[in-house]
Amino acid sequence: MNIETTEFKHCTVIKTDGRIDGSNAPALAQALKAITAKGIKNIVFDMTDVTFVASAGWWVLIDTQKTCKPTGELVLVKVEKGIKDSLNLVGMGSYFRTFDDLTTAVGDF
Amino acid sequence: MSTKHFSCSLSNLEKICDFIAHCASEAGLDETEVYAVQLAVDEASTNIIEHGYGQECPSRIDITCEPVEDGVKVVIYDDAAPFDPTSIPEPEINVSLEEVKPRGLGIYLMRKMMDEVCYESDPDKGNTLTMIKRHAK
Repeated sequence: MNIETTEFKHCTVIKTDGRIDGSNAPALAQALKAITAKGIKNIVFDMTDVTFVASAGWWVLIDTQKTCKPTGELVLVKVEKGIKDSLNLVGMGSYFRTFDDLTTAVGDF
Repeated sequence: MSTKHFSCSLSNLEKICDFIAHCASEAGLDETEVYAVQLAVDEASTNIIEHGYGQECPSRIDITCEPVEDGVKVVIYDDAAPFDPTSIPEPEINVSLEEVKPRGLGIYLMRKMMDEVCYESDPDKGNTLTMIKRHAK
């Protein structure tokens, strides 16, 4: 799993690719905790190249959202349809704002 | 019908999903349905590895994928400790972010993604999870 983070003035963008499942969700959790540990609570997760998210991955994002709120927020960019459908199916779609492009998401903070 | 054997490691989840995606596509399921089957099988396999085998074991998971008349049937066999995913209560959904708890979500996804989920455990033969996904009408 490749994880890249880019710090902007008002938020940090984190990007990964491929699958997020039980085998690599802990690595994503560690990367997100490294961001929030620095006091950064505005996070953009660029999911352009993410093809699959199992429940282990969703829990990492939910935990991060709990850490960020209420002073900040984790938002998602370019969520693939199957991923979004499964999130909405379990009623968790409302926990995250989603954006269709990275520039708009970063500019929102 | 195609059967593959996987050692019970979380690092095999991608190979398991690739196998299932190929089979489900061959069975004529559309992209959304293929994703649903992959997710259900990923969650089921994760449960077997984490709860049944405790993440390390000398044994394996056998997965059979078979096109059926109106979709695809997946059978997952393991010989770990019995763990019946159909017995786990459904998690509370549509609750606030503060209230949401990390329990039972994977199993709930399995049930919602597939049209049929059936679990059988036999002390001599092991555990068999059978799931069916049908084409959208």
